[in-house]
Amino acid sequence: MQFMLLFSRQGKLRLQKWYVPLSDKEKKKITRELVQTVLARKPKMCSFLEWRDLKIVYKRYASLYFCCAIEDQDNELITLEIIHRYVELLDKYFGSVCELDIIFNFEKAYFILDEFLLGGEAQETSKKNVLKAIEQADLLQEVRHLIKITVDKVF
Amino acid sequence: MPAVSKGDGMRGLAVFISDIRNCKSKEAEIKRINKELANIRSKFKGDKALDGYSKKKYVCKLLFIFLLGHDIDFGHMEAVNLLSSNKYTEKQIGYLFISVLVNSNSELIRLINNAIKNDLSSRNPTFMCLALHCIANVGSREMAEAFASEIPRILVAGDTMDSVKQSAALCLLRLYKTSPDLVLMGEWTSRVVHLLNDQHMGVVTAAISLITCLSQKNPDEFKTCVSLAVSRLSRIVSSASTDLQDYTYYFVPAPWLSCKLLRLLQCYPPPEDGAVKGRLVECLETILNKAQEPPKSKKVQHSNAKNAILFEAISLIIHYDSEPNLLVRACNQLGQFLQHRETNLRYLALESMCTLASSEFSHEAVKTHIETVINALKTERDVSVRQRAADLLYAMCDRSNAKQIVAEMLSYLETADYSIREEMVLKVAILAEKYAVDYSWYVDTILNLIRIAGDYVSEEVWYRVIQIVINRDDVQGYAAKTVFEALQAPACHENMVKVGGYILGEFGNLIAGDPRSSPLVQFNLLHSKFHLCSVPTRALLLSAYIKFINLFPETKATIQEVLRCDSQIRNSDVELQQRAVEYLKLSSIASTDVLATVLEEMPPFPERESSILAKLKKKKGPGAVSVTELEDSKREGGELNGGGDRGPDTSAMSASNASTPSPSADLLGIRSSAPAGTAPASAGNLLVDVFSEAGPAAPSAAVNDDGFLSSAPPSEDPAPPLSEADELLNKFVCKNNGVLFENQLLQIGIKSEYRQNLGRMYLFYGNKTSVQFASFTTSVSCPGELQSHILSVQLCFSIFRNYQSLKSDFWSTVCKTILNRSKFQNLHPSVIVI
Repeated sequence: MQFMLLFSRQGKLRLQKWYVPLSDKEKKKITRELVQTVLARKPKMCSFLEWRDLKIVYKRYASLYFCCAIEDQDNELITLEIIHRYVELLDKYFGSVCELDIIFNFEKAYFILDEFLLGGEAQETSKKNVLKAIEQADLLQEVRHLIKITVDKVF
Repeated sequence: MPAVSKGDGMRGLAVFISDIRNCKSKEAEIKRINKELANIRSKFKGDKALDGYSKKKYVCKLLFIFLLGHDIDFGHMEAVNLLSSNKYTEKQIGYLFISVLVNSNSELIRLINNAIKNDLSSRNPTFMCLALHCIANVGSREMAEAFASEIPRILVAGDTMDSVKQSAALCLLRLYKTSPDLVLMGEWTSRVVHLLNDQHMGVVTAAISLITCLSQKNPDEFKTCVSLAVSRLSRIVSSASTDLQDYTYYFVPAPWLSCKLLRLLQCYPPPEDGAVKGRLVECLETILNKAQEPPKSKKVQHSNAKNAILFEAISLIIHYDSEPNLLVRACNQLGQFLQHRETNLRYLALESMCTLASSEFSHEAVKTHIETVINALKTERDVSVRQRAADLLYAMCDRSNAKQIVAEMLSYLETADYSIREEMVLKVAILAEKYAVDYSWYVDTILNLIRIAGDYVSEEVWYRVIQIVINRDDVQGYAAKTVFEALQAPACHENMVKVGGYILGEFGNLIAGDPRSSPLVQFNLLHSKFHLCSVPTRALLLSAYIKFINLFPETKATIQEVLRCDSQIRNSDVELQQRAVEYLKLSSIASTDVLATVLEEMPPFPERESSILAKLKKKKGPGAVSVTELEDSKREGGELNGGGDRGPDTSAMSASNASTPSPSADLLGIRSSAPAGTAPASAGNLLVDVFSEAGPAAPSAAVNDDGFLSSAPPSEDPAPPLSEADELLNKFVCKNNGVLFENQLLQIGIKSEYRQNLGRMYLFYGNKTSVQFASFTTSVSCPGELQSHILSVQLCFSIFRNYQSLKSDFWSTVCKTILNRSKFQNLHPSVIVI
């Protein structure tokens, strides 16, 4: 995968993950053009399109568009399922995820994505394992937090 | 505002984000952001050292602001500091910041690499993963240099945890992609292949991606992976849906893993080992069988996952291209998908079939679906699907269905999306040419193309039709007639005018017998479009006009009238002016024989590869070119030299150069000042002779504006020619260097160079006698207003053998040469003469 973009129906970018090195200017240009192209598509159209020399796979979940750019030889259907798996992960983590969750916890969205996809490839496809890894990290924080509170209370 | 209950959510951050969302306008947002930036800046610079939590919070805010689209130019140092914190979340935010805002400051890079190194050697798997993620996200060359040798070791070490192995594999993949030279093969490569047998499916998933990429560049190193992959794949495919537990996705066992395995196998040819091959074929058959079974779940995820594997398997079958049975089955399966309810599947089926069409085993099978594909082209509402249908038609085209397919593509073109028209035009042109049995069909098709999508008909396409018409006698009359009719349309595309102008110019005589297309009618038709056309087209039309004068002497007066008018011979465009002037002169001066020779019919073009194919390949990349073109190495027709309209003219020029009687072509009136070739008596005498012969610079060398650059003999000059001198002079029409003048005494060579509006000339005087010249001087004189344009004159003396400088007033004529030439360049000439 070359990059993944999440954007709202008004074209506001909620998450951008780039798996290829590009300058900031190029990223902005690509984002602008691609968002426009995808938003112009009608609901019944298929989830794939050719754009520049890439294949774009996109799907809309409620108010968010999930859009991935893959190379010529990559499998489109499995990419659709990558998107779905990512949404499932977010959903499990946030409990009925909505766009606001991703806005206010954007850093968590990136962390979850990193556990699932690395360098543009799926690294762990078991939902359980990915969530376990994230929860472990969260646990680390909470433990410390609890300790801090306890310590403060004591002293 | 949703409560963030996981970990210690940063309240300050949440408040900030809320504020931004509540901003009513862009200006308010920017104001709020600037306020925050100022705040953060002061906190970072402040005396009090910030605690980890605050630092994390501010770094996170900066990140948010950056992701909104604003530039951030500070905070990197603080982010790097966070890396060395012991708290996981602080580290995490620090890593996230530096992976998103990549900085190329070398000091920072050093610090970052240090932090990463510490985390990698920390033996804490969560920290190691963080570090590996960062490297994979950034993948810079500096990181590759620092870690490219470390990571393979981590990957294959026995005590590495599974989660770390996964990340290490993909991290290495990223480094390899960006800096392949720094990732060296070593003993780790064989251990990596064995990861395919790992118990942990996640490790296998990650490892496969790595191996797939590596094996493309080093196939031999990794070829043992093939049998391992096959056995893994067959285990998965034959497993029940409960076997793989959490790796089963909506009742499909390990779909990602299966797809990756199938992808890996596409990097290699079919396995040679019979047993392995047998197992693989069995696998593929199972996958194809499963597609026919009723689905285990109604959910789209189930069918997507199942079909993803199916399509990848079909790709593998196509790649092998050696099992006819499988190929036909694959084709049938795709045929079923062509009519599926779901648009996605129809799209993918069309795409897959394109590749299938190029295989000799399945080409016929693909052709059976032509009606479905044509229907898709006409009725699909999604433009991407229609485009795929068009691509497939192109791929499946052969002699039997060419006419039908071209007709369909033409009608599709009328309503096609603008972005794809150029490609469609090229494809139709290629198909029309390749499968033309009857060339009048070909001509019709191309003219239709121009009519429908004229703007997108590139030069290569219409050059080609002209080449073919020129090369084939049988279609010339038809072409002339068709083009004549096409031009009568009230709104005619400019490309049509170009083609029409050229063809009528060459073959108008074939239809001139009919009163409806008599010469004058043809001329008026062309000329009616003249003023609507761009400069290159008009240039082409002018050439057509001179050809008409040759073909139809009765039109001479009319056409000359046109050429003579100010808008032609004083046209601001150099090319048009030159042509008008030259053609006018040519038509007035040349005898009919000369004219006929000059404007003889174009000879057939030499055979060379079609440029249209090359253009299509360039446009779409090599993948889009089907095998129909690969067969196509010997085709008739050649590539036009330079330009369609240039062609006839340059040949006309050279023909006229050859046939023009040379000496009378006195361009500059040199004759009048040229010394008669009297034998030199003595040096002293000679000098006198030279001077007296020279006389005042002969102005009957009044350079005829229209005669000067023309190759036609223009002048009414009385002086007898010195044949060698004139011949020598003629060549300066095209050359900048050479011998300008020569007689028994003296040789003058000239070397000149011109750039934009400046010119420089060197004159070399050579003494051909064996005695020295004495008191040789040169001077420059220049007529009239052009004097001001000479920037400087420097005379320098170059001694060549025993030659000395010699006075000459060829200077004056030389001056004229420079200045007049530049006048035609429509420039203000500033001449430096040295």
